Amino acid sequence: MGLLSKKDAKLITDPLADNNPITIQVLGICSALAITAQLKASIVMAISVMAVLGIGNVVISLIRNIIPSKIRIIVQLVVVAALVIIVDQVLKAFSYELSKTLSVFVGLIITNCIIMGRFEAFALGNGPWRSFLDGIGNAAGYGLILVIVGFFRELLGSGTLLGFKVLGDPIEKTGLYSIGYENNGFMLLSPMALIVVGIIIWVQRSRNKDLIED
Amino acid sequence: MSLKSTLHNLKEKYKGTKMAPAFNALHTFLYMPNDTTHGGTHIKAADDLKRTMNIVIMALVPCLIFGMFNAGYQHYISAGAPVDFLSWDAFYIGLIKVLPLVIVSYGVGLGIEFLFATIKGHEVEEGYLVTGMLVPLIVPVDLPLWMLAVAVAFGVVIGKEVFGGTGMNILNPALTIRAFLFFAYPTWMSGDKVWVHGAVERANEIASGANVDAMSGETILGSLAQGQTIDYTWMDMFYGFIPGSVGETSTFLILLGGLFLIFTKIGSWRIMLSSVLGAIAMGLIFNGVVSSGWIVEGSKFYGLMSAPFWHHLLIGGFAFGTVFMATDPVTASQTNKGKWIYGFLVGFISILIRVFNPAYPEGVMLAILLMNVFAPTIDHYVVQGNVKKRMKRLKAKTA
Repeated sequence: MGLLSKKDAKLITDPLADNNPITIQVLGICSALAITAQLKASIVMAISVMAVLGIGNVVISLIRNIIPSKIRIIVQLVVVAALVIIVDQVLKAFSYELSKTLSVFVGLIITNCIIMGRFEAFALGNGPWRSFLDGIGNAAGYGLILVIVGFFRELLGSGTLLGFKVLGDPIEKTGLYSIGYENNGFMLLSPMALIVVGIIIWVQRSRNKDLIED
Repeated sequence: MSLKSTLHNLKEKYKGTKMAPAFNALHTFLYMPNDTTHGGTHIKAADDLKRTMNIVIMALVPCLIFGMFNAGYQHYISAGAPVDFLSWDAFYIGLIKVLPLVIVSYGVGLGIEFLFATIKGHEVEEGYLVTGMLVPLIVPVDLPLWMLAVAVAFGVVIGKEVFGGTGMNILNPALTIRAFLFFAYPTWMSGDKVWVHGAVERANEIASGANVDAMSGETILGSLAQGQTIDYTWMDMFYGFIPGSVGETSTFLILLGGLFLIFTKIGSWRIMLSSVLGAIAMGLIFNGVVSSGWIVEGSKFYGLMSAPFWHHLLIGGFAFGTVFMATDPVTASQTNKGKWIYGFLVGFISILIRVFNPAYPEGVMLAILLMNVFAPTIDHYVVQGNVKKRMKRLKAKTA
């Protein structure tokens, strides 16, 4: 990689697989369960978190030497809250329907453990460029799982992908539905998202035995 | 060459290979192995896990046969051409509808068990033998087979294998499978059509313009939940000539099965009895609410609340769940006092859910799953209470 040194590239690639925030650190589960019934919502959520975490990490990193450590949590909260409000307003302005689907969960990015976790663990001790990469990487790892879960939940639960009826029309009985296939309503309920995340964790750990902790 | 020696030879041939557990399981499924273990002290008992499971299956067979007759009987009644209950016509419909359910249930479930045993290299555990027989008995007769296959795969893998296989599961696998079906495909698991063979098909014909009479496939619980009067006598309910899941209708045969389980000491009489007591208690409370006039007749809960309390024991899946599923030795409470509490709450909550959830007037499944989750907690406090009592006694003695 010409653009990034090997060490910097690891900041992006590590959270995608062996240090994934959802499947390995088990952070940010609540939003992963709540909004993944549709692929589109998952993607928008992933992008929102990426924007907040990328910019937030840079801001915290820039002011890391002047934040009094006693009140650093409050400062971090102010930064993340400001960014989340911007994201929320942008969503409301340009994609009102989607912002209604995501409802309170955009606002709840503030409490997403991944964000505070990266501020505390990385941005407070590293320069802005590395913090930016770390933020993008972790948000991408989070987004990757969201998209995988969203893909399966929308495909099996509604028979659509991004709103397109890829399996045929359930009412007109075309495509798969003509031979008696039916959508799995359980996939649309949050418990199933937990089970799908669990299966991803299972697959990941049986492929890489080093990840299994006793 | 007899079957036994053939199986034995197969087992010897595959000894030490990856497939060994599969052939071991086939060999010991019906026969005692010839070889004995070496070293250490062993207790030899006739009722190992396989024998225990087989006894439960024996208790279930009458329900299965009855369910086959009843499937056809209900079909012809709804179609407006009643036949005798014990007729070949009735049995034939049941046979071609119920047998595939049994085959799919065992095929998929045992297939997954063998697969996991082969991958993980442990012996095949027999836990699926009973589950595989329970599953076809607790689903509607018209359930599409591929849905059953998906549900069984889910129930066995997520409900049991991820916890470590037979004996380690928290939830009853048969009910996990049913709960999955209920939440995934609600149109096939509830409503007024699915309980009688042919009713769904007929409704589709009418929807597409055919001039035929509609068939009703409503259960008694469903009718009560909608505030309709029912025209079944309590004898019908007791002997099971009513629509419902395949094996749950005949309280009489379930009672016989339950007595058989108690007699052979496989099922816990404490759970069965306390569960019935719990249901009666809740039923009496509701009857009291109705007779004291706290609830108006138009209320959507009135139909089920005003049903005589002892009817609750006869209708729906209460008897079946209590006898065959609440008593599952893995997921129920283990201590005697715990069994009383566990069983009582199963009955109590069953009727509670039944009355207050008119959209799905069958609470037994959910009540048992809920209490499965609490069973270890109940046991914990029973054991702690016992420890405390003994400590007190010890202190009183030494003081």
